[in-house]
Amino acid sequence: MSDPMAEIRASFFIECEELLESLQDGLQLMDDGDTDPETINIVFRAVHSIKGGAGAFGLDDLVRFAHRFETAMDEVRAGRFHPDGEAIRLFFACADILGDLVRAARDDDQVDDGITGPVLEKLDKLVGIEEEEEEDLDFTPATLSLDFGDGGGLPDLPDLPDLSALPDAAPSVEGLPSLDLPADLPALTAEPLAETTTKGFTVHFKPENALYASGNEPLYLFRALRDLGDISVTCHCGDLPNLDQLDPDTGHLSWDVTVHTEESEQSVREVFEFVDGLCVLEIKPITGAAAMIAPALAPTPAVEKAVETAAPEAAPIAPPQKPAAAIEVVSAPAPTPPAPVAKLPVASPVNSDDDTLDEAPKDEKSGSSAPVKATGTPTQPRATVRVDLERIDRLVNLVGELVINQAMLSQSVTEAGLPPNSPVSTGLEEFLQLTRDIQESVMMIRAQPIKSLFQRMGRIVRESSASVGKEVRLYTDGENTEVDKTVIERLADPLTHMIRNAVDHGLESPEKRLESGKSREGHVTLTAQHRSGRIVIEVSDDGAGINRERVKQKAIEKELIPADAQLSDSDIDNLLFLPGFSTAAEISNLSGRGVGMDVVKSSIQALGGRISITSQEGKGTTFSISLPLTLAVLDGMVVRVADETLVVPLNAILETLTLTDNDLKALGPETHVVQIRGGFVPLLDLGAELGYRQPQDSYVGGIVLLIGQEDGNRAALAVDAIEDQRQVVIKGLEGSYGRVPGIAAATILGDGQIALILDPTDLVGQASGRTRIRQPQQALVG
Amino acid sequence: MSLEVLAVDDSRTMRDMLNLALSSAGFTAHLAEDGVHGLEVLEDIEPDVIITDINMPRMDGFGFIDAVRAESKWSRIPILVLTTESADELKAKARAAGATGWIVKPFDPAKLVKALQMVAG
Repeated sequence: MSDPMAEIRASFFIECEELLESLQDGLQLMDDGDTDPETINIVFRAVHSIKGGAGAFGLDDLVRFAHRFETAMDEVRAGRFHPDGEAIRLFFACADILGDLVRAARDDDQVDDGITGPVLEKLDKLVGIEEEEEEDLDFTPATLSLDFGDGGGLPDLPDLPDLSALPDAAPSVEGLPSLDLPADLPALTAEPLAETTTKGFTVHFKPENALYASGNEPLYLFRALRDLGDISVTCHCGDLPNLDQLDPDTGHLSWDVTVHTEESEQSVREVFEFVDGLCVLEIKPITGAAAMIAPALAPTPAVEKAVETAAPEAAPIAPPQKPAAAIEVVSAPAPTPPAPVAKLPVASPVNSDDDTLDEAPKDEKSGSSAPVKATGTPTQPRATVRVDLERIDRLVNLVGELVINQAMLSQSVTEAGLPPNSPVSTGLEEFLQLTRDIQESVMMIRAQPIKSLFQRMGRIVRESSASVGKEVRLYTDGENTEVDKTVIERLADPLTHMIRNAVDHGLESPEKRLESGKSREGHVTLTAQHRSGRIVIEVSDDGAGINRERVKQKAIEKELIPADAQLSDSDIDNLLFLPGFSTAAEISNLSGRGVGMDVVKSSIQALGGRISITSQEGKGTTFSISLPLTLAVLDGMVVRVADETLVVPLNAILETLTLTDNDLKALGPETHVVQIRGGFVPLLDLGAELGYRQPQDSYVGGIVLLIGQEDGNRAALAVDAIEDQRQVVIKGLEGSYGRVPGIAAATILGDGQIALILDPTDLVGQASGRTRIRQPQQALVG
Repeated sequence: MSLEVLAVDDSRTMRDMLNLALSSAGFTAHLAEDGVHGLEVLEDIEPDVIITDINMPRMDGFGFIDAVRAESKWSRIPILVLTTESADELKAKARAAGATGWIVKPFDPAKLVKALQMVAG
């Protein structure tokens, strides 16, 4: 990224995402009835800024769309158009397309005109603006190219109004005292324009007071003229009143400038673009007679003397690549002596004596500003740094290594038999704490608000509800909950599917809703929150709830369960997660994408997460996803079973206990339950579950880990021994082995040994599936 | 000639570009995010020229120009308005607010430099 423009371009697309976010926020507020002008301004500015940046990078499609959208928003801003719900829905659609265009531009992709066209037409029709070919042309994107080699080409600014229409208030030049300043510059090497060229122009220029008030400065205009070619300047100071009558805020001077140039009249007019209307300006091509003026002004000895004093001051004015201007001063008899006037701080800093081309305002400025000038002025109020994600990932990996290393060190210290109060042990304890702090801080860098993801879901709701003819409103809560960036990215697909599902299957049609006494508009709520070291995301709808009878029927039809299966409500709900299950009587547009809830479930599990479902008939359905805060490390319990070392995520373990004869009840030859405080919990032999060994005959005296599941179900995992409790670095297995049932990932322990990290929920689910739903067992060969 | 320029724009991209264009031309660029921030920066530096965007949060370009012009020590600083429109109406509005000139976005760096030299030497 050494190319500065490439860097700015990359940062432009990042800014676009932020702008799109505030655009969505603003539209949402408008949709909620907010009519605050600032809200509308935010929306307008977001579109406007995207257009501005896009123009600089020559992203024409984006510019064109943003321009039309901006025009519409401008109508709203100006109060000429009051958007109703339908209009705001259209604005949302425009915002979505704008986002598509931004991403397409970023990825060098295309967006189909068939998508943008109709929306734009609707927009124009709605807001009541005609398709403006002209205005489109008005904003001509010019790709930014940074070539300062020759001081830049000539500006091609829009046509200026015809100045001949201006009142001809030019005072007569004749008989006035004049000061002629022929700047002895060689002609510029700039490419002459293809237009008709002349030998030059005479410019009559009489500033009005407003010109000075606007911060314009005749001196600089003459310098700009001098860049076009040799100039000679005659200053008319005949209007100057006597000193005692002089108002310093009023300009009294006018000038005639002769420019010897090959450039077009347009180029000369451009110099005066900013002062157009603030002065009397006449520009005429040099006629034969006018061309004779300059040679006639031959230097006199007096003039030469003046040059000596003027030249040193004039020298630094000239751009470095051009020779210093030699200025000739022609003194002429004047009714008002020019010299004293020059010392006055008159409105025009351009005075009629030998410091005419002096840096008057500049000197004054540098004199006063030097002491107050502070270097390193804060230019950004918010101190943020943009860091390449790769660098953060490297840091995350390094911290992972640090955690492993620290574990190894701890192990060595234990093995060395050092007492716990030895300096080494205490130091190590602190080291452990610091490692943890570092790890958390690094994870915080990767965390970002889940808002961006939630906003994308807004679009999914809008599009999917439109395609199935339902009216749906999305409510979100906890948008600022911070989640690991990778988790957010990988959550997008499953969440999209869940939202579609809620709109398509969860919510009833408007008619049905009205029949059952609900509002026409269905509600989908998306929330995120931190709960005991995990992120919990819930997608709920206020639809009809799961029709359990139908679900069960379907499962029987598809031979997923035996016809006589006895299932609890929650068992039936969980059938939705079985592969190949679909309740839709006919596959609709939305869900017919070959993605079922089973895929959602496995993608959530791949993130170390769990998904559960609760449903109330007639009231709605809630899917709850629980995710680890980070994908990099976890707190685990290191256990041994059948001579294998395994790690069980600590947050899955409710308690650990040693089994007594009383606790254990046998239900069959290989089926046991554990009685815990009056309740029965199925016992699973971890070694047997993973295929390390055959089920044991007796588990009395053995150790079990009580595993709690998201859905409230529990299970007891029998292990041989608990070795340690520590933080482990998660090393994914999926890249090499795909998804292994019951196993979440692997880790490297302190002694360098590799241990598998269990996915207890999956493991228990596998086991219960085997016993209750007769899903074919997928035995893991250890 | 090296100028000290204060550039006020709420778009980070635009600020980055102005910064690049100005520093490539050998100018010193000071950046501000909106009118309020621009006035804060003005307390610390005295630029030769100011470039400002119009549509900005907190204090827009018009408000900013008003505030600058109202302060006698800043009233003579040339101010260029950055605008995506070349509409005469907007120019008139900018001028009425006290702007010295305008630059049409997307700007050509060479034109920007030229415009700056036109108003600030």
